[in-house]
Amino acid sequence: MVSLTINHQSLQVPEGTTILEAAKSAGIVIPTLCYLKELNEVAACRVCMVEIEGSNRLMPACDTVAQEGMVVFTNSRRAREARKINTQLLLSRHDCQCPTCVRSGNCSLQDLAHDLNIIEVPFEKQIPKNTWNMDHPLNRYASKCIRCLRCINVCEKVQSLGVWALNGTGEYNKIEVKDGADFSAAHCALCGQCITHCPVGALVERDDTQQLLDAIDDPDKITVMQVAPAVRAAWGDTLGFTKEQATVKRMVAAFRALGVDYVFDTNFSADLTIMEEGSEFIERMTHPGEYPMPMFTSCCPGWVRFAKLEYPELVPHLSTAKSPQQMFGAVAKTYYAQLLGVDPERIFCVSVMPCTAKKYECSVPEVNDAGAGRDVDMVLTTREIGRLLRSVHVDIASLPEEEFDQPLGIGTGAAVIFGATGGVMEAALRSAYYLITGKNPDADAFQAVRGQEVKGWKAKTLEINGITVRIAVASGLGNARRLIEALKRGEVQYDFIEIMACPGGCAGGGGQPIQDGCELAGERGEKLYVLDKELPLRFSHENPAVLKLYEDFMEKPLSHKAHQLLHTDQTKWRL
Amino acid sequence: MPFDHFLTRRILKSTYVCEVKILAGEAGTDYKPLIEPYRQMRGGIIEALHALMRAYHFIPPKALKDLAKAFRMTEAEVYGVASFYSYFTTKEQGAYVIRVCRSAPCHLENAQGVMELLEKELGIHAGQTTEDGKFTLEWTECVGQCAHAPVYTINREPVTEPKNVFSEQIPLLLEQLRQN
Amino acid sequence: MNILLDGRPEEALRIHAYMLRGGYQGLKRARQTPPQQVIEEIKSSGLRGRGGAGFPTGLKLSFIPQQEDTPRYIICNLDEGEPGTYKDRTLCEHVPHKLVEGLAICAYAIQATQAFIYCRAEYPYLVDVLKQAINQAKQENLLENLDIELRMGAGAYVCGEESALIESIEGHRGNPRFKPPYPAGQGLWQQPTVVLNVETLCNVPFILREGADAFSSVGTPDYPGTKLITLNGDVEHRGCFEVTTGTPIKEIIETVGGGVRQGRALKAIQVGGSSGGFLKASQIDTPLDFAALQKAGGSLGSGAILVLDETRDMVDLCFNIADFYRKESCGKCLPCREGCYRGWQIIRKIQQHQANQQDVENLFLLLDVMKETALCGLGQSFYLPIQSCITLFEEEFQAKLRTEVGGGERIS
Repeated sequence: MVSLTINHQSLQVPEGTTILEAAKSAGIVIPTLCYLKELNEVAACRVCMVEIEGSNRLMPACDTVAQEGMVVFTNSRRAREARKINTQLLLSRHDCQCPTCVRSGNCSLQDLAHDLNIIEVPFEKQIPKNTWNMDHPLNRYASKCIRCLRCINVCEKVQSLGVWALNGTGEYNKIEVKDGADFSAAHCALCGQCITHCPVGALVERDDTQQLLDAIDDPDKITVMQVAPAVRAAWGDTLGFTKEQATVKRMVAAFRALGVDYVFDTNFSADLTIMEEGSEFIERMTHPGEYPMPMFTSCCPGWVRFAKLEYPELVPHLSTAKSPQQMFGAVAKTYYAQLLGVDPERIFCVSVMPCTAKKYECSVPEVNDAGAGRDVDMVLTTREIGRLLRSVHVDIASLPEEEFDQPLGIGTGAAVIFGATGGVMEAALRSAYYLITGKNPDADAFQAVRGQEVKGWKAKTLEINGITVRIAVASGLGNARRLIEALKRGEVQYDFIEIMACPGGCAGGGGQPIQDGCELAGERGEKLYVLDKELPLRFSHENPAVLKLYEDFMEKPLSHKAHQLLHTDQTKWRL
Repeated sequence: MPFDHFLTRRILKSTYVCEVKILAGEAGTDYKPLIEPYRQMRGGIIEALHALMRAYHFIPPKALKDLAKAFRMTEAEVYGVASFYSYFTTKEQGAYVIRVCRSAPCHLENAQGVMELLEKELGIHAGQTTEDGKFTLEWTECVGQCAHAPVYTINREPVTEPKNVFSEQIPLLLEQLRQN
Repeated sequence: MNILLDGRPEEALRIHAYMLRGGYQGLKRARQTPPQQVIEEIKSSGLRGRGGAGFPTGLKLSFIPQQEDTPRYIICNLDEGEPGTYKDRTLCEHVPHKLVEGLAICAYAIQATQAFIYCRAEYPYLVDVLKQAINQAKQENLLENLDIELRMGAGAYVCGEESALIESIEGHRGNPRFKPPYPAGQGLWQQPTVVLNVETLCNVPFILREGADAFSSVGTPDYPGTKLITLNGDVEHRGCFEVTTGTPIKEIIETVGGGVRQGRALKAIQVGGSSGGFLKASQIDTPLDFAALQKAGGSLGSGAILVLDETRDMVDLCFNIADFYRKESCGKCLPCREGCYRGWQIIRKIQQHQANQQDVENLFLLLDVMKETALCGLGQSFYLPIQSCITLFEEEFQAKLRTEVGGGERIS
């Protein structure tokens, strides 16, 4: 332990503690900007500067280790002035168009400027030009970038892709795509982790909200909405709701308040995915030598992009089953159009996703098979739907709760947990057990795959009726790479592997509401497990709507029709 | 002032000046053999980049990929390194890279005049390359030859002539290099 | 007194000539004493780093942990980027063996078996000279198990900063590291590392051969020995000279430099290259000494002395210096990246008669915050030359300021 004083307050902290952490433990707030624990400790923004007695310079609290006898002042005039000028320098290169920025009210730079009582910037404004092609699902405003390096580090350290790079020197240094090349040429998975780690509005998803409003206002269009599992764990954050206010049923009411015609649940098609993907897995397992093994899940488009870009040799290993989003679209524009008795062309299918890569996925020709435009016409992230909800000026908190529409609004607990890492695997195992043994396991029997590994992956070997199944679960593309490399080196062998591009799975998705400095994947994932537990149905194969779909339309899993609408040829889907 | 033959001979004989671009980096070029000697060297990427610069006078895009593989770095990292140092460039350069020093001691001795003369003679501005691909002209910081200010270098070889003759010397020297 | 530049330049690569002058005796003597004692000897000589910061060399060496099982490295900093400085090049060209010997002694003192010489890209012609010198020493079996590897820089001023230099050898962008940890604890590849300037190393053989007292009796007690200076600008004889510390700068300009060129009057000098402070003509009695120069508002730095005659435009020179910083800032930390640029911008405005008093005040705010919060020495040192230039030659800057129209007269 070392003893020091911060602002005349004596405290003891373990050796190696930074001044920032020490101050925090004593309830003293030191403003920070670029700092992200363990992810971005670059001490570049020089905002957290503090005065240390005996030192002729100010020191960055985030990167200075507390030493015995240190006397620290976090709020001295010197420190305040320096902080203020450094922030003003940042603002001189920032477009400061707060009223029209999606991060307004949730921006660390804005907060900092407010907290430091900055009401003017004495330096001439010099704003970098925006040259980004805003048609990409992922957009970047050079005019807002503060060069904190977080995007670089999260992409490099967590996702192992290194799409972003700091190029050039001095005032000319800027964050660019790799060698300054066009973004579409970069090996970007579109996971959106750089967006959720950006302290300002420099990295954002493409805003598609107007498209939905146009569709709602078009009398010829029937707007059909699907809501991904992970959205329900986070949507309330965009409105500052408490847990009690942000219930699933109130979410349904809120989305209906937007004016969409039908609010359905992606859980329905997640159950359908389990039926198809689970059957595919059993088919692959029981016909050794006929199919490439192990089989990888393919419901995460970030992961699919990663696999196709970085490990093209793995493409035949990807499950041919489409993602729940795309299955839903295919069903909505065929089966459901028939149920409604309308021309599928009139159906406008919108999905609300915790994900930026889904915006890309819905545009891929190889996953559009219903023959009525795109199967999913557009995708909104959780953040975008939050913005839309604010814009309708309805007191959502006091809306009475409502149910999903039927029949595509029925989902099981197995589907809800798709939103957390390990969820797809657990749901698949629940049904695979049933398919192999003919009876249900305990719904919580496969809990071992839950939870996030920071570095590495979860693996387990199961025995079901004498069949040995070796499974692995990884979230975060850096972990995916570790797993694949270990597979390639022959160190490990698996039969079935679930991979999610975002750490913690969709709960921590790149389209989820942002709370700067907090990793919320775990907390949001927990909410999903609670929902699973509360639901009466916890097995995909018991979803009555899915069973009815097979009975009336799809026939059975892996049928000809299912292959046509619910599967894709992974080798033809190229980037 | 007569033409200084000794100076020209020295410049033309300099190994660094002779380090002219003899290779044209193209799409199909394999850069691995050039990189190989530095692959096992810890931190050898800087030396490998120097080797590429000597051979091609720039870092071709494909070489970045080869470097990334050889040193187990991402391409973004390699580019980040290459773009940090002013002696590395991913832009094609001429056979003779002329750098005019603009640091204080040379600045005081009319480095601007030297640059203007070179710009006039070559018909390009600082930062550009002549159309025939022979010359690239740029500013540089102190090259450590201040006693001879103003100084410029040709492929890193300092040209340290008495300052009052540069106006006569430069056209002749350039002509010699052009024919070389 | 010549401690450094002895011998004839044409004998630079004749190892036997060097040995006849007593060369490699220091190394021999060092090897006969325990490493710890070598460090003690250097410590008591009072030798201070010649790169600019003036840190006591013996103390720096003593920071390297003594247990032998961890690898440790010694690096010779030949990334002489400070504008107007070429003393290290001169040493390499004239007495390369002195460098090799100094490096070998210090390597022995910290028990390192791997040394690096980090040579700036602008000096490719030194590579051959140094390689030959190293090979000659090897052939004479003088280096024992020490391996000296040459690494090239690639044109980044900031790599002269020791932690940036280490990053560069590791093959990264030369972004300075935050200190602590200092290189002595976690340097090259996270191992204990000592980085020493060429001139510092070249002083070491003398200390070991003649003894610490012989060294400390030369020059001023606070900064003993000699110092290589490079005289630039408006003097009759420009060049690199060895001067005993404590010599008044006036004497250096007049005797070694032959006085101000064309008989003009002296206006100012800048000691320490572009990161050094300015001194007025009236201050040139200041002795060439670390503390004395600091007291006078300047700095000894690398030892480059830029002499300016009465005709020089200080605003123009100030702009040139700011331009240098703007281009050499690595851009990692905000105060340096933006501060150098904004400072440059304001000085350009002054030069173009576009600035007002408020701009100058903003400039001083910037300078203060850069000195206090920049991550490495580059950003921190922007303060001294700019601040001293503007303060000492205020009238020249004031004359270029715009007085506000319609705002009444400014009272200053």
